[in-house]
Amino acid sequence: MSKSEILARIRNSLVDVTQDDPVLDVPVDWSYGQATAVAEPVQLFIDRVIDYKATVVRAADWAEVPGLVAEVLAQAGATSLVAPAGIEPAWLAQAEAAGIELERDDPPLSHQRLNDISAVITAAAVGMAETGTIALDHRADQGRRELSLVPDMHVCVIGTDQIVTDVPQAMARLAPSLRQHQPVTWISGPSATSDIELSRVEGVHGPRTLHVIVVG
Amino acid sequence: MTTIALPHPTRRLTPAPPAGDLLDTPKFPKSVKRYLGNSQLRANLRHATGTIRAKRVRVVSELPNWEQLRQAGEAIKNRTARHLDSYLEQLEANLVANGAQVHWASNAREANRIVVELVKAKGVSEVVKVKSMVTQEIELNEALEAAGIAAWETDLAELIVQLGHDRPSHILVPAIHRNRSEVREIFLQEMKLYGRAAPKDLTDNPPDLAGAARAHLREKFMRAKVGISGANFAVADNGTLVVVESEGNGRMCLTLPETLISVVGIEKTVPTLEDLEVFLQLLPRSSTGERMNPYTSMWTGVTPGDGPQEVHVVLVDNGRTKVLADPIGRQALRCIRCSACMNICPVYERVGGHAYGSVYPGPIGAILTPQLRGTASAIDQSLPFASSLCGACADVCPVRIPIPELLVHMRHRVVDERKRKHIGLERAIMKVGGWIMSRGSRFGAVEELAGRARGILRKDRLGPMPWPGSAWTNARDLPLPPAQSFRAWWKSGHTDNPFTANRSGEGAQP
Ligand code: SF4
Repeated sequence: MSKSEILARIRNSLVDVTQDDPVLDVPVDWSYGQATAVAEPVQLFIDRVIDYKATVVRAADWAEVPGLVAEVLAQAGATSLVAPAGIEPAWLAQAEAAGIELERDDPPLSHQRLNDISAVITAAAVGMAETGTIALDHRADQGRRELSLVPDMHVCVIGTDQIVTDVPQAMARLAPSLRQHQPVTWISGPSATSDIELSRVEGVHGPRTLHVIVVG
Repeated sequence: MTTIALPHPTRRLTPAPPAGDLLDTPKFPKSVKRYLGNSQLRANLRHATGTIRAKRVRVVSELPNWEQLRQAGEAIKNRTARHLDSYLEQLEANLVANGAQVHWASNAREANRIVVELVKAKGVSEVVKVKSMVTQEIELNEALEAAGIAAWETDLAELIVQLGHDRPSHILVPAIHRNRSEVREIFLQEMKLYGRAAPKDLTDNPPDLAGAARAHLREKFMRAKVGISGANFAVADNGTLVVVESEGNGRMCLTLPETLISVVGIEKTVPTLEDLEVFLQLLPRSSTGERMNPYTSMWTGVTPGDGPQEVHVVLVDNGRTKVLADPIGRQALRCIRCSACMNICPVYERVGGHAYGSVYPGPIGAILTPQLRGTASAIDQSLPFASSLCGACADVCPVRIPIPELLVHMRHRVVDERKRKHIGLERAIMKVGGWIMSRGSRFGAVEELAGRARGILRKDRLGPMPWPGSAWTNARDLPLPPAQSFRAWWKSGHTDNPFTANRSGEGAQP
């Protein structure tokens, strides 16, 4: 009932609009999905991620990833790691060998269990250089949203071929995932607040630390 | 020692907000007086707005196409508003196709009733909330409280406000009027009453305070069955909702509960997913002055195996269609709530958000609130006048809302409505004034009278006067008329300057 009432009110309010086609009625002067002028997207991405007080390590190729994962976890003092079901198993081998307790989110773990695990590892969907943003589209190698949220530390592995210049190119790459009803999460550094006297505090509710491994 | 049992007021589930209704805020010139005297508030505000302003300028100047982005943002929002009916129908169809249930609410009461019923149907007595302007606007928390459901704010600043029995003073940093030692006090006193206590040795260091909030809220997130959110954007062509945030409390509320209820103002609609590329550049840079906010969540109805498996979206009108009916006023619906106009506003910087008597303070509040609520109350009539029309707000607005133009437009609307109601006193005064000034002899007589009044009052400024003089003098001091008028001085041969003579003669302090 309220629906028809609200729609009727809208139509009454818009008597001055005579062109029925929104696109013809209000042109939008913007070309979507364009790359922006960024000379070295990968380097800029790394600089910007570091700007957010996240750590970045660079792997020359995918073969280096297992060693770096183990190293990053050891340095942070993580004792347990959760991985989404679809992650590349090779990435985890060295960490496991080094004594990190490994859990797969298959079947899905409880909130409480995730809360007790020190770290999560995921792949990524897209990286944005200009803003230093990582986008997850939560496919099998990234896992459901809760996975990369509840543990205290997030290790994220991203290939250089996934890094684009800026938001418009990223949106163009993410739109197909969204149209397939995948949720999407954008992450720019660890969570942060400036709510108390505007002084910035990193790590409020999400993972307190973010470690990014850039491959290639 | 004996204790006397005092009659206990009905026990609340959440901390009580301050007494009184926002609508009962006195008109702006009166309400500012309370806040102008608060030097802590003014210092905090100056620091906050100054810092955010500087950051904003820095990150905005990084983008060579900022102006084109603003124009695109303006055009996309205009396109949406001018065809809102069809976009809303599209949005609903896509939400439903993706497993969400859509509800429509014409006003605050209806929206609250829908949410309360949904929560009750889940049989829970508490919900976790992401900061949302529209749920503040409809006062959802109090409606839930009345229904026996505790609504927990999870944004750090909102938590400070809620536990402090307070109201937000800024839409972006709602607790900016509190300093760290006050926050510590609030946490120590209140957290233990509603859940996990703050550690006894809590310091007033912001990281410690944030840590206390993390622990206090983690417990609530883990057990929450129902989450309530707003949305920054609702994408018509896909049914996707977007929440932009910093702390991760939003992600917690959007992901952990079994049921998610999103309350969305109908003007939050944008046509396509691709349009987000414009707004996700405009919003963070204008808002916190960051290239990107820490977290942005996008979800489309229900995702099997990921997040809430029951998803509701409540589309709220509550005055928005009224705003839409005014072709000039409707531009205010473009607002993406970035708060840039507040941070740049010299009036806001001095008085803070509370003086505006609305959840939407600052320049945008001054044009939006009286349109949403109508101009029946004193505060709403005075809001369009709460500005010096300096124009800084329009220059920073990421969707190019011509705020000064709308302020003037709203002033006309308020004055016209008043004229229709009564033959204003102002007009009567003007008539008398006209009669006096039309004859030199009459004017001279009045001047002489005024000069004599000065002798009686023995000061050189007039403070607040009784009505009707109060209309002018409540917010401004009025200098006394000189002892001798210019005309009298001219006639007397004008040997000395009566104006400077008067000033040094009395009143001036050593
Ligand atoms: S009116 Fe413009 S500047 Fe002010 S909050 Fe809205 S979008 Fe931001």
